[in-house]
Amino acid sequence: MRLPLPRLLCACALLLAFLVAPARAALDEASLAGLAGDFQSRLDTIEALGVAGGGDEARRVLDALEAGALGVADGRVVIVQGESVVAAANGETLDLAASAVEPLTVNNRVRRALGTARAALALSAADRAERLAAARTLADNAGQSLLPLFERALAGEADDEIRGVLARAAARVNLASADPAKRLKAAGALGESSDPAVKALLAALLEKKGDAWVEPSSEVRAAADMAIHAIDRRIATAETVGTLFSGLSLGSILLLAALGLAITYGVMGVINMAHGELLMVGAYATFLVQGVFRSYLPAWVDGYVVAAIPVAFLAAALVGVAMERLVLRHLYGRPLESLLATWGLSLVLIQAARVVFGPQNVELANPAWMSGGIELAAGVVLPWNRIVIVGFAVFVLVLIWLTMQKTRLGMFVRAVTQNRAMAGCVGVPTARVDTLAFAIGSGVAGLGGLALSQIANVGPAMGTGYIVDAFMVVVLGGVGQLAGAVWAALGLGIVAKFLEGWAGAVIAKILVLVFIIVFIQKRPQGIFALKGRFADS
Amino acid sequence: MKRRNFVQALALSASIAAIGLPLGAYAADTIKVGILHSLSGTMAISETALKNVALMTIEEINAKGGVMGKKLEPVVVDPASNWPLFAEKARQLISQDKVAAVFGCWTSVSRKSVNPVFKELNGLLFYPVQYEGEELEKNVFYTGAAPNQQAIPAVEYLMSAEGGGAKRFVLLGTDYVYPRTTNKILRAFLKSKGVAEADIMEDYTPFGHSDYQTIIAKIKKFAAEGKKTAVISTINGDSNVPFYKELGNAGLKATDVPVVAFSVGEEELRGVDTKPLVGHLAAWNYFMTVKNPENDAFAKKYKDWAKKNGVPNADTVVTNDPMEATYVGIYMWKQAVEKAKSTDTDKVIAAIGGQTFKAPSGFTLTMDKTNHHLHKPVYIGEVRADGQFDVVWKTKEPIRAQPWSPFIAGNEGKQKI
Repeated sequence: MRLPLPRLLCACALLLAFLVAPARAALDEASLAGLAGDFQSRLDTIEALGVAGGGDEARRVLDALEAGALGVADGRVVIVQGESVVAAANGETLDLAASAVEPLTVNNRVRRALGTARAALALSAADRAERLAAARTLADNAGQSLLPLFERALAGEADDEIRGVLARAAARVNLASADPAKRLKAAGALGESSDPAVKALLAALLEKKGDAWVEPSSEVRAAADMAIHAIDRRIATAETVGTLFSGLSLGSILLLAALGLAITYGVMGVINMAHGELLMVGAYATFLVQGVFRSYLPAWVDGYVVAAIPVAFLAAALVGVAMERLVLRHLYGRPLESLLATWGLSLVLIQAARVVFGPQNVELANPAWMSGGIELAAGVVLPWNRIVIVGFAVFVLVLIWLTMQKTRLGMFVRAVTQNRAMAGCVGVPTARVDTLAFAIGSGVAGLGGLALSQIANVGPAMGTGYIVDAFMVVVLGGVGQLAGAVWAALGLGIVAKFLEGWAGAVIAKILVLVFIIVFIQKRPQGIFALKGRFADS
Repeated sequence: MKRRNFVQALALSASIAAIGLPLGAYAADTIKVGILHSLSGTMAISETALKNVALMTIEEINAKGGVMGKKLEPVVVDPASNWPLFAEKARQLISQDKVAAVFGCWTSVSRKSVNPVFKELNGLLFYPVQYEGEELEKNVFYTGAAPNQQAIPAVEYLMSAEGGGAKRFVLLGTDYVYPRTTNKILRAFLKSKGVAEADIMEDYTPFGHSDYQTIIAKIKKFAAEGKKTAVISTINGDSNVPFYKELGNAGLKATDVPVVAFSVGEEELRGVDTKPLVGHLAAWNYFMTVKNPENDAFAKKYKDWAKKNGVPNADTVVTNDPMEATYVGIYMWKQAVEKAKSTDTDKVIAAIGGQTFKAPSGFTLTMDKTNHHLHKPVYIGEVRADGQFDVVWKTKEPIRAQPWSPFIAGNEGKQKI
């Protein structure tokens, strides 16, 4: 953690240079000289620029560096502005050609230093959110050189949350202080954290180097030990919540992929191998809607996902109707032939997509409101796109439930599912109900494709990856049962995620499949089964 | 009944047309070359572009007068991402079509499946993709990178001050031969650099895996346990898209935990929204953004060719490392044939060692005299918001391949090869 002495001195000198004359508009030429030096001195200079609080002038230099316009010519640090070259320190135009400037490369390490420097500047911003974000960034990269900055900011900060972040950041640095009282206070303060990185810092104090403890004071050690336990408890809770959420998210995706199949398979007993391709149709429909928004409604582009909901549903439903009318209708009651025919259809659809859209995956951007996530604790983030998809799954489920239970069509569909012949006898137009049910099932698959497009690949063969999962859910839940599909999807999702955390993705997949085989052998009818006299037919 | 007859007749005439097509195109004074890339199935995503660039190169050679005064005639077959089918198609190309050389394969498993065929029939294969090494066939020329031309320099960069000084490493890959072997080499390499066992995490996912929540959470936890962490990804194919999406959404930024990938290039990033990925790294021997006259010409030629031939999304086509390696491989073969004054396999093998070619990567590449690999430069690039790469580090000159990695036990005696 300790910085080498010369570097520290250099940083301090730079700092002093700024602190002595903070009000000057132009930057000191010497303070920028480090940028022309070796890599390490460049990083130190960038950080020092932020810590010193150089204001607009410093920000201008940092902006230029980030944009790749900062360079070195004749040993001076300059900014390239189009064809002309100006001195970075004071903006005076220099008699140099832009081609004579050797630009400074910006890589991740430099970008990190830039981030720290910007955050340091933003710590005195007027906007509370900006200050909070800055404090968090700084806390992650807290080093000895930032301590005076923390103390200065703490003295002037009124907001409790920001003070907390800053105090913990300062405590992290103070943990390496020479004064045992400061260390004790720091260890106590860090107990409030829920960051595994802090835990690692504290744990280092409790190690022994040879016979001596790394931390000589037993009081500090006891405080550190208590802080570690507190942090551990918080991390464990956050992790369990995180895993449960990933399971819920996987479950919602499985459910969306399987719901349409639960309807078509349940009602008509058609093993639709082209179900995955209906997902694909929905996803490509979403892609087209995104394209339309990008070309014609660029201001509303974030709304394309919402606009795609009816489009994806209708596109997939139309393909479904065409499939049912042209092929499947002739094959009712012949499961083997319909299985082969739908498989052939799936190949046709895949190739069609390949011809129309090309073999490449297409790019779908998450809208801004679905990007990023909520941070529960350090290391546990619930991404927005997954939260939205869980909500969307609930929405689709409610919609289907209402259709099935509250509408006339739903009643017909249920009637046909239970006893086709009897339903026909009492005047239900079974052929039309078949077509409509197939359209609804396909449309729901299209909605599943819309959801998948936000987290997975959209390409011609995307459906083949989900067909097995979809059948797994339907069979496990019990054929013809929506409630069964829900429980099966959630159960599979959560079990798979806990297994994955414990045994890795490859083993988890195997274990889940083994579990399903065993389960189906013990209980072939699935979790829920139709009861009554029509159950076996 | 009538309808069935009609369908049968249709099928028959279609198959006759299919057989008739190559026959009709046959002309006496040409040299045939085979192109063996998957145009359907999971690998079509990457391999279609290689087929295109091979056809473009052949067209270019023909326009300049061909090889030894004869035009080249490409024979394109589709092994459909099906590994055993690669072997069958290779056999067909060599014994039936009598091609002088084959340019093809992407995955290591497809190469392993055709190797015995080329050996048995004494054919010639040019393999254009970076791979794990541990192989040296008489009949194969490797124009992609060996581990010491890609993986090892990339890890050295991550450990350097400029690369962020990483001390802990996550080795993440798809579960098959290439990632497993590469990670075995890297693990040994890291240990030789003093990285402790506890500071290395290794994890694999199946082909086509799309749910990276658990793995990202694990990486976050691992990275938070102290020292600076970097991720080395050998994830292959389209799993990369959900991986990078999850990475962006989980807030794991390149400035905190950089990910360096060995199988992600310009072509793979076409399917991704790259804004959250800015700063993540890739190591290759060529990037489309490399500035030199050869590369400008190469990229322009490919773009024009794509437009002329109606490649889907032709205005956004990109060039990448395996495409450059295909281009270089075809020219290396052409020069060797001209030197040997024959397309005979053994004579070409004897003539190709020491051939040089001014490549789009900005260097004059040499085919090694003995080890069937190219001497290649190494570039490390950071992803830009537009899906291209900014080169942040490169070797001063091309380096010689070590197909037998010194970091795998038992290879000590093979370093002279």
